Amino acid sequence: MTMARPPRRALTAKRRRLYVLLAAAVTLGGAAALVLNAFEDALVFFLTPTDLKARAVPDNRMIRIGGLVEEGSLRKSGGGIEVRFAITDLTNRVQVRYRGILPDLFREGQGVVAQGRVGPDGVFAASEILAKHDETYMPKEVADALRKSGRWKPGAKNTGAAPVTGARP
Amino acid sequence: MIHFLANPARFMRIGARLLPWCWALAALGMGAGLWFALVVSPADYQQGDSVRIMYIHVPSAWMALAVYSLIALVSAMALVWKHPLGFLIGRAAAPLGTGFTVICLVTGALWGQTSWGTWWVWDARLTSVLILFFLYLGYMALGSAFDDADRGNRAAALLAMVGFVNIPIIKFSVDWWSTLHQPASVLRMGGSAIHPSMLTPLVLMALGFVAYFLALLVLRVRAEIAGRKVAALMMAGAMGGAGEFHDN
Repeated sequence: MTMARPPRRALTAKRRRLYVLLAAAVTLGGAAALVLNAFEDALVFFLTPTDLKARAVPDNRMIRIGGLVEEGSLRKSGGGIEVRFAITDLTNRVQVRYRGILPDLFREGQGVVAQGRVGPDGVFAASEILAKHDETYMPKEVADALRKSGRWKPGAKNTGAAPVTGARP
Repeated sequence: MIHFLANPARFMRIGARLLPWCWALAALGMGAGLWFALVVSPADYQQGDSVRIMYIHVPSAWMALAVYSLIALVSAMALVWKHPLGFLIGRAAAPLGTGFTVICLVTGALWGQTSWGTWWVWDARLTSVLILFFLYLGYMALGSAFDDADRGNRAAALLAMVGFVNIPIIKFSVDWWSTLHQPASVLRMGGSAIHPSMLTPLVLMALGFVAYFLALLVLRVRAEIAGRKVAALMMAGAMGGAGEFHDN
């Protein structure tokens, strides 16, 4: 700052506008945070099996459950159209029943979101299955090499199997 | 820096000097980016070739957010420091940002269908980006809704600044709430989760998109300034003519 400061009076109008703007921004940001916090339940796209256990979801209420397709839980019948599997968040699990075509990315150990209702037998009757993938992208050879060298770790979060090391630049 | 560029004549001089470089970088970035995206880079271990949609989808999403942030910034500049160029840049950038948002939404729907099994869901990420699209439309509509151009500019600038609250919501929606959309791959803690062979086309495309945006922005601001000069000259001419008429 080599320039001489303008006289104080010239600054005040700009300063005042700046302060009003900053105060408005803080207020608006705070209000938005409160609103989003209050509507938390409406903003989540799916419940985890643990969420489902923790809260009493009324029977016959349409909900979405998300998590991983449990390894070794997939059973197909009726020519592959009738599917049963379990969704797990590695703490709790929910049995799911579905009739229809699965998305290409659906596989054991991968993220999944099922929409449907909890039936009277406690099995979740899904009317729609969506595949969820994680944020990791790599060529097949790298994934195979990671699996071979044992550096492949299934993701602890509900986002699907994620290799934790090695692939990141 | 911003006060330095707030002088329209200086802005245009620097813009004119940067313009050929922007075009060159845009052509190079997008050309090489497409080559890497479609030919050199490998298919994804899970998603196969459909991962290539990312090289358009992600840069346009970044641009949609960045251009909106720029509009909010120059709007604040224009309102607080009365830099008239701020309104001009904001109004010139808005249609470009809208375009990036549309590309992001359309490519996202295509990608969603192939990998998730659905074109659209109302999860927090997708919904907040749709709101961004409506904010762009609202900004452009409000700016043109007044007979007095200055009132339109000020109203639109205010909307742009209020709407900025949506930008962090879009960015962090995938962390704050459970969404179908996966979390961030590049701008995240612990470095990128994208293999270098796939990060190369992504970065090249992003550079190309930024340069393309800057080139179009300079052109649009230049056209707007030229248009105002023409309007001012015509006004002066008309006034002069009217003056002569009255003198007689």
